[in-house]
Order: sequence, then C-alpha cells, then structure tokens
Amino acid sequence: MSMLNMKSSTLRLLAQGILLLFWSAMAVWASEPKGPSPHGTNIFAPASTPAKSIADLSVFVLVITGIIFVVVFALLIYSVVRFRARAMDAGREPAQVYGSTQIELAWTIIPILIVVVLFLATARVIHAIEDAPEPAGAVEVTAIGHQYWWEFRYPQLGIVTANELHIPLSDPSHPTPTFLQLLSADTDHSFWVPELAGKTDLIPNHPNRMWMDPQRTGVFLGQCAQYCGTQHAKMLLRVSVDGPEEFASWVHGQQKPAVEDAGAVAGRRVFESNACINCHTVGGTPADGRFGPDLTHLMSRATIAAGAAENTPTNLRLWIQNPSAIKPGSLMPAMKLSDADLDAVVSYMETLN
Amino acid sequence: MASDAITVPVGQTEARPWVDELHQWLTTVDHKRLGILYIVSSLLFLAVGGVEALIIRIQLMHSHNNFVSPEVFNRMFTMHGTTMIFFVAMPVLFGFANYLVPLMIGARDMAFPRLNAFSFWLSFLGGLLLYFSCVGGSGLYGAGSAPDVGWWSYAPLGARAFSPGHSSDYWTLALLVSGFGSIGTAINIIATILCLRCPGMKISRMPLLVWMNLVMAGMVLLAITPLSAAQIMLLIDRYLGGHFFDTQAGGSAVLWMHFFWIFGHPEVYVLIIPCFAFMSEIIPVFSRKPIFGYPVMVAATVCIAFVSMSVWAHHMFTIGMNSYANSFFTLTTMAVGVPTGIKIFNWIGTMWGGRIQFKTAMLFSIAFLFQFLIAGLTGIMMAASPFDWQLSLSYFVVAHFHYVIVGGILFALFGAFYYWYPKMTGRMLSERLGKWHFWLFLIGFHLTFDVMHLPGILGMPRRIYTYEPGRGWDALNFIITIGAFIQALAILVFLANLVISYFKGARAGNDPWDAWTLEWSISSPPPAYNFATVPTVASRRPLWDLKHPEDPDSRYE
Amino acid sequence: MAGLIIAESAIFTIFVVAYLFYLGKSSTGPTPQAVLETPIFYTICLLSSSLTIHLAAKSLERDYRRLFLGLWLLTIALGGLFLFGTAMEWHRLIYERGLTISTNLFGTTYYSLVGLHAFHVTAGLIMLSLVAIFGFIGRVGVSQSGRVAVLSMYWHFVDAVWVVVFTVVYVLGR
Repeated sequence: MSMLNMKSSTLRLLAQGILLLFWSAMAVWASEPKGPSPHGTNIFAPASTPAKSIADLSVFVLVITGIIFVVVFALLIYSVVRFRARAMDAGREPAQVYGSTQIELAWTIIPILIVVVLFLATARVIHAIEDAPEPAGAVEVTAIGHQYWWEFRYPQLGIVTANELHIPLSDPSHPTPTFLQLLSADTDHSFWVPELAGKTDLIPNHPNRMWMDPQRTGVFLGQCAQYCGTQHAKMLLRVSVDGPEEFASWVHGQQKPAVEDAGAVAGRRVFESNACINCHTVGGTPADGRFGPDLTHLMSRATIAAGAAENTPTNLRLWIQNPSAIKPGSLMPAMKLSDADLDAVVSYMETLN
Repeated sequence: MASDAITVPVGQTEARPWVDELHQWLTTVDHKRLGILYIVSSLLFLAVGGVEALIIRIQLMHSHNNFVSPEVFNRMFTMHGTTMIFFVAMPVLFGFANYLVPLMIGARDMAFPRLNAFSFWLSFLGGLLLYFSCVGGSGLYGAGSAPDVGWWSYAPLGARAFSPGHSSDYWTLALLVSGFGSIGTAINIIATILCLRCPGMKISRMPLLVWMNLVMAGMVLLAITPLSAAQIMLLIDRYLGGHFFDTQAGGSAVLWMHFFWIFGHPEVYVLIIPCFAFMSEIIPVFSRKPIFGYPVMVAATVCIAFVSMSVWAHHMFTIGMNSYANSFFTLTTMAVGVPTGIKIFNWIGTMWGGRIQFKTAMLFSIAFLFQFLIAGLTGIMMAASPFDWQLSLSYFVVAHFHYVIVGGILFALFGAFYYWYPKMTGRMLSERLGKWHFWLFLIGFHLTFDVMHLPGILGMPRRIYTYEPGRGWDALNFIITIGAFIQALAILVFLANLVISYFKGARAGNDPWDAWTLEWSISSPPPAYNFATVPTVASRRPLWDLKHPEDPDSRYE
Repeated sequence: MAGLIIAESAIFTIFVVAYLFYLGKSSTGPTPQAVLETPIFYTICLLSSSLTIHLAAKSLERDYRRLFLGLWLLTIALGGLFLFGTAMEWHRLIYERGLTISTNLFGTTYYSLVGLHAFHVTAGLIMLSLVAIFGFIGRVGVSQSGRVAVLSMYWHFVDAVWVVVFTVVYVLGR
C-alpha cells in the first residue's frame, strides 16, 4: 500500500519534472526567429517600438510569474513527497493545525506587493503606446475592415489599395511611424501583425487608432484576429516595410491612374459592362464601386482574396469564375462569364500595374 | 448517528416496474435525484461537446486541411463553447450543489423543492433548444443549422443582417431559458443555506463547500441577469426592429461587449468557486488535517466575488479603450489574483504536515493545484494589457481558459466524482480504473494545453478554420490533436468506471473516507428523508468531534 | 423573493444603462424632449397602490378579511389604471408622434425599458388577481399572510423600479 503511494508520488514528481523541462524547451524553441523572409509572426521577435515595448514588458512579467511558479511548485512537490502517508502512520492522525495568522499575513502582503510592481510597470507601457503623440513625419493610413478583406486608404497621399500595406522604414533618430485609423464597414475585425504591434480591433461606429514604426525592412505577416464570419481565417495581412526609396517609388506608382493598355481593350469592355464596376474601382475609369477591393494597381500585389491565393493568372481566373473554390463564403459572386470573356477580363486585370 | 434510519415497512422494497421508476425520476422534487439528473444530463452534453472538440482538432491537425467546411467549423466552435459552459459546467456544478448542500447543513431538502425541479427542467430544455437548431434552424445553408456566431455572438455579427435565419435565435433563446433556470437554482441555494441550517450550525460553522456555493449563488443572481437582459435586447433588435446594437443606426457594438463580459467574467468565477469548494473538502480529508485558515478562505472567496465584478473589460483590452480604462482593468484583474492565489497557499498549507493518501480523488486535486497555479499565472500575464494586445484572441487565450476549465474545473470535478460517488450510489469507483483515467487524462491534457500556448505566442489567432503553412504552427497543432484524443480515451475510461462500478463496485459504507462533514453520517445512498433526526453540531467538523471526543474541534473554534 | 428582486434589479439596471448610454445619440427621429409627457397622475396611481397593498397585507395579518379584500382590489385597480395610462401614452406616441421601437435609438430604449416594467406590472397584476379570486372563495386567511407579504414585496419592488424608470426617462432624460 505504501509502495503504491510512493510509486504514485514519485511518478507524479517525474511527470511534472518532465513537463517542466518540455515546456521550457518549447519556449526556447518558440522564441527563435523563424525563416528568412517574409518575417514570421512571433510576438517575441519585435521589429517596431510598440511590439518591442510589449515584448520587454512581457519578459518582465514572465520572469516574475516564472519565479512565483517555481516557488509554489517547489512547495507543492515538497509537501506531496514529504508528507505522504506511510504504513507506520496507519491509525494516527497528524497534528490538527487550523491556520497561522503570521504566515497568512505574509502570503497576502507579498502578492499585493507583486501586484503593485507589475501594475506600475504595465501602466507605463500602456501610456507609452496608447498616448504616443503623432510626430510630424508620420504616414497616415485609414484601414477599413470588410468581410473578408482590408481596405487601406492613405489620405495624405491620395492612395487607395487593399490587403497589402506598404509602410516606410522608420529611423529611430528621425522617426517616420505609420499611424492607422481603424474603421469597419460591417462586423468586428482585428488588425494583428505580431512583429509590428499588438492587435487593435476594427469596430463599426467606433473608430480606433494604432501606430507602428518598423525598424527592419521586409514583409511582415498577420491576419484578422476577431471572428468576423465564415472566412475570418482567410483575411490575411501582408505589410511590406520599404526603405525610403522603395516606399517613394511604391507611392508614386500607386498615385498614377490605371494603366491604359491598348491590348486589353476587349477585357476592359467586359469588365465595364458587367456587374464588376458595382463593387470595384479602377481609377480613371467608370468603375467606382466601393464594396470590393480597389483594383487600380492589382498587379502590384503578391496575393489576391486577402492572401487566400497567390496573384497568378490561373488563380485570378479561378477567383472570378468560381470564388468558392478558393474562399467559400466570401462575398465575391461567381461572375458566370463565358470562357472568352473570362480570358479577356483576366488579361485586362493583368495589365493593371 | 452512524446508522440512523427509519425502518421501511416490508413491501415497499420490492422492485418497481421501469415505467414507474421513470415516472419517479421525471417528477421528482428530491434534491438528491435532481442533483443526479443535473449530473447525468451534463455528462451527456459533455460527450457531445467533446465530439465537437475532436472535430475542431481534426480539422486543425495540419494547415489547409479539408476535414470540414468553414461553415461547419464555425458552428463547431460556437456549439462547443456554448455547450460546455452552459450545458455541462453550470449544470454539473448545480447538480453537486443540489446534492450536497442540504446534506452538509443537516437539512432534509432544498428550501423550494418544486422550484428546484422547475429550474432543472428549464436548464435541460435550454440544452435541447440549442441542439434543436441543427434541425429547425432554417439557416443559410439548409434545413437546419447550428449557430455559428461564436459563444459570445459579438454585435453586429449576431444581428439579423449578418446572421439571417434562426440559428442565432436558438442560441439566444436556449441561453435565456436556461438562464432563468440558473436564477431559480441560485435563489433556492441561497434560501436553503440561510434558512435551513441545522441547530448549532452557525454561518461560521458551515463547511466551506456550503460557503462557496452561497457565494456562487449570489454571483449567479448578479452575473447571469446582464446576459439575460442583453439577450432580450438582441431579440428586440432581431425581431422588433430595435437598434440596441445596430451600428448603422448609431447603436454600439461595444455596448454588447460590455454587457456580455459583465456576465462573462463573473460567470467564470461562478464556475470555479464550486470547484474551490470541492478542493476544500477533499484535500483536508486526504491530508488528514482541517483546512488551513478557514476564515481567510471564506474572506478570500467573498473578496473574489466582489472584485470579479470589476474586471470584465480585460476581455476587451483590444477594443480601443483609453489608457486610463485599460490601466484600471489591468489593476483590478491583477488584484483579483491575490485572493485567488492565497487559496492555493491555504491548500498547500493544509497538506503541509499532513499524512497524504493518494486516492484517485486526491490525485486529481493535486493536479488541480498545479494546473490552477499555471492557469492563474497565464491569467496574470494577460492582465498586463500590453501583453494582452498580443496574446488576446490568439491560441494563448484558448490555452489559458482551457487550462482553467479543463485543468482546473474538470479535474476538480473528477475529484468530486471519485469522492462523492460512493455516497450517491453506495458503491466505490474502481481505484484501478481511476488511476488509468487520471494518468491518461493528465498526459493528454498537458500534451494539448501546454503546447497550445505556443501557437498563440507565434501569432495564431483563434476561431480560424484553417491556417497558412510556414508559420510554424503545423507541428504544434498536430501534437495538440494527439493530446485531445488521449483525453477522449481517458473520458471513456471514466464513463466506463461510472457504469461498471455502479454494478460491480465494492459496497461503500456510510463513511468510506473517514471524513468529517454531515453527509458521511448517513447511509450511502442516503434515505429519501436524509436525516431521521435533524443533527445538532458544535463545530465545523461534527464527525471529527464524534470520532475524537478527547480532542474535539469545538474546543479550538 | 429577495433573491428574485436582486436578480431582477440587475436586469433592469442593464436596461437603464442602455437607456442612459443612448440618450442624445439618436441620429434621426423624435427626441425625448419633443414627445414625452410626464405621466404624473398614473405614477401617483402606481405609487399609492404600494400603500394600499401594504395596508391590505397588514389587515390580513389581523384577519380583517373584508378590509383585506377591498384594499387588495383597490391595489389591482390602481395597477390596472397605471397600465391603462401606459397604453394611452404609447398609443399617442405611436400614432400621433410616429415613435415606435424601430424608429431610432430613443424609441428602442424607451419602449424596451418602459415595456419591461409594464410587463412586470402585468405579471404582478395576474398574481394579485389570482389571490383576489382565492380571496373571494374564502381561501385567504391569516395563515396565508406570509405568502401575501412575499407577493406584496414583489409589488413594492415593481413600484420602486418605476421610481427609477420615471426619474431616468422623464426627469433626467429631458
């Protein structure tokens, strides 16, 4: 009987120790940055000030909670091992202790102090991020969440695009952060690019504000984090952080009206005589719908359908013909075009650089 | 007091026809039978909710999987969450409360037996209503469709415009109906505890389980009702053209969030406090010592109840509240960790210096302590709102709350099953099967929910029916799914134990654990009238006083 | 009953919060200032019914059955009058002023809050009427005075809620 008890508790000890090791290993593995480019989505690989402040605070919190865990776990294991019933105890009860005011006071006061410390550290970071003033060189973007894509407008620059955000690298000595105003056209969404900032929700009738000042170039990934309907999972984000020249050239390209390619006239005619123009905008043409993404510079994007598929002619064709094959439940209707019309429209789309 | 029974006249002990038996069960107002009805119905819903979880896990086993469509997946997580919270956790805890509270205070039944029965059947009806949506939902994609708005049904997703058909209405009505059942039970528990305690049982001498159910019932009155109000408002929006949450007409989506979480946060304390109650009864008995610091345990519980009413917006840290609001809720959320943490110390203090017996119930309790500690600490992490701006709405949160609900609540419940099953049925659960159940479930639980924190840290949001490869989430999700199946196996072992032991288990006497509260003074199972003569008590552990007349508790209190 | 009152208070509180939150936020449609008329007479009716029910309960304790029944019926009448007043007001608001539950935020919150209260008054009146019927067939005596007291507690609660609703809607809201 006592052998069984001892075996049980030793097994417990072993199991819990293994778990501890396993979890620590996982934590270490998880904190390594993943892959070259695009960047990963690891909250402990921050590339921008808000994400970095959060990561630093998080490490502080983890250390404190880690210490608490180790102390309490040690006490638990010790009590389980040291005070287990042995065969010779049968029939006798241990000393009946009802409590101890000093001990209980101590273990009330110490946690209160820990809470005070944690709270003060946290409050500082809250203010630093939320109440950060907008410097003169900031780029302003209005992000509007839709089911299931992202609309991005740059009011100062006169640009409208979708799903793929381009923002400038920010030099800490001369910061050019990007400030986003977050709105929604339908349900709740959430903008989450972990390596650039914490997430903030896009809620209809409730404008929000967030900022980021990326200090590394490259493509950063993210996605919608607030359940918004059927295709919430495929409302992906690509944020391209460009160096100053690249950003300027991207802006310049986006500000131009739509390319008018003589070879795509047939496709353009199909586009403009179908319902496409009710939902989509192509700058400088009669198409000025706002329900779907702006297509003026569609070819400047790496993906379509908010990241659900790569931007290739095949995918584009499939998307127009049968969106449910790529993203069932999205609000893009199947256009039911003839093959000839479909090919023409796709070639037209392919010219929209 | 050991074998205090009124002899039953011969003739009434003959076996009755099964129709008669069924009728007895359907029309019972006996708190013990209603308790068992609550528990059995919650086990049925546990099985259903568990299958929903397995479907979710299979779909998420690797990226771009096609096991179920996005529509079905979204219904799965909505139903899984709603079922587990409202039709498993709440009923099973009400069931144990119903069974144990009158016994522990020396009463013959609850204060309002008919209200008790009515509340149970309302609760059960709510569950049936929710699942009727699968047949009668006339949703978007066919004859019937379960709701797919998440178990919070955030506005405006829950509005007519975004959730046409009736699936959302079944969700709303099911919760409204069962909510009224919960309120009825809560009123009953409070009235019973305040009015029906046996002579000598002052409020300061009640077992901790009774105290904690009193606090829980009080919280139910104030927590469930905001949800009921919000549900009524949602129905007004959906059917009478109201604009409570209609953002197009100036309504506020955030208002729904506030109302929901004013319910939602105290709700989770409603769920955990009865589990604290189980731990406070089981750990002392298997450590052979009284609970360490009874007055502080009571004070801490009451403190938790009050403070928990002020933390709700920590579920809303990402919605763009200003820095003062975020700081306030950070502070209150961290503060509520103090009385909660203190209880862990008290339980360890109870074990300290004791003579610990590793029966299955105690194994589950020790695991509870370990897991509740971790769950509390990940909660503190998310209380730091900037950290939460990353962790919220990701798998880290999912891991955290499953750590509390499965690692905490379910483990405590398993402990309660192994501890009180003998009292309820007169048979012991098999210790051998119990240990298999425990170890399998422990391994499965940790495999799933320890690992689950990592995809959250790596940026995986929740409620997604699939995910992109190359984010580093594939292998982790695979391991999580394996763990889920191991847990399912363990649950099967548990269910088998419940059934087999009912027929073949060793007979339990009145008091198989050598425990100290009043329920162990009567036969197992207790007679319909509970106590032939209403007991009089002089301390918090009346049976200890009887067994140790040379050293009664009443000398020290 | 205390438990039920606590729970119901929480429900009403949420509706009051919604009402206050949305004051002034309606984008179109009638405003409270424009259309509301303070129902002073009907409020007096309802509040006096609290007095009459209290006196009724007290009479029953002393086994003055006739007095009890008379006061009880008076309570029902006053409550009924209040409901009648609410109905008149709603009729006026809907048909003369074009305010319905779907008109705007004010309409939604006003009808919901006042309607929720009226629903509770109606439920109370049904219960009171049941007791009246039992009273008429001679089944209500001193031994039922405890239950009657509990029911009158509910009625007092309904009146107290009206005080709050009245203040929020007709005093603060304008």
